[in-house]
Amino acid sequence: MAMDAHEIETLIRTALPDAHVEIRDLAGDGDHYAAMVVSSAFTGKTRVAQHKMVYDALKGRMGDQLHALALQTAAPDA
Amino acid sequence: MSAHEAIDSAVKSNDVMLFMKGTPNFPQCGFSGQVVQILDYLGVEYGSMNVLEDDEVRNGIKTYSNWPTIPQLYVKGEFIGGCDIIREMFQAGELQEHFTKAGVPTRDTAAS
Repeated sequence: MAMDAHEIETLIRTALPDAHVEIRDLAGDGDHYAAMVVSSAFTGKTRVAQHKMVYDALKGRMGDQLHALALQTAAPDA
Repeated sequence: MSAHEAIDSAVKSNDVMLFMKGTPNFPQCGFSGQVVQILDYLGVEYGSMNVLEDDEVRNGIKTYSNWPTIPQLYVKGEFIGGCDIIREMFQAGELQEHFTKAGVPTRDTAAS
C-alpha cells in the first residue's frame, strides 16, 4: 500500500488548481510524506476545514493507501 | 453499546478526549505520542481511548468526525484536530488559549 509523491501532488492540484504544493518523502517507503499546500481556497477557513479539503482531494486514500501525511496548509498572503 | 455510542459518550463525558493508537503511557504511533507529549506538557487532564483495541471504534471515529486519521482530539465535545493541527496550535500558543477559553485547567492556569 503506497503512493508516489507525484500522484499525491496531481490529486491535490486537480481539486485545488491554484495550489502551490511541496511534498517531502519522509521515509522513502511511499507511505510517509509531509506536504505543504498553499491555496486561495483556504482563505478564511479553519485549519480543520483546510486539512479536510486536502483529504477530500486525496479521495479516501488518506489513512488507507497513504499511511501518514504530515500536512501544513495556508492561504496565500493577501 | 455500539461503537458510535461508545465514542459519543466518551467525547461527551470527558472535557478533553483523545482517541489514539496505544495508551498515554505506551503510545504505539509517533503521531499519537506527539499529542500525548503536548497534553502532558500543558498539564491537561484528559480521557483517552486506544483505537487499536477495537476495529469498530478505529473506523467509527473516522466517520464520527469525518476525519481520516488517528489521533483525534476533542475538547468539550468539539473535534479540534489531528497531530498536525494540535502541534501547529501548540507552537502558536493557540492550544493553551483554546483550553483556557473552554475552561479547561492547564498547568499555567492551575498555578495562577
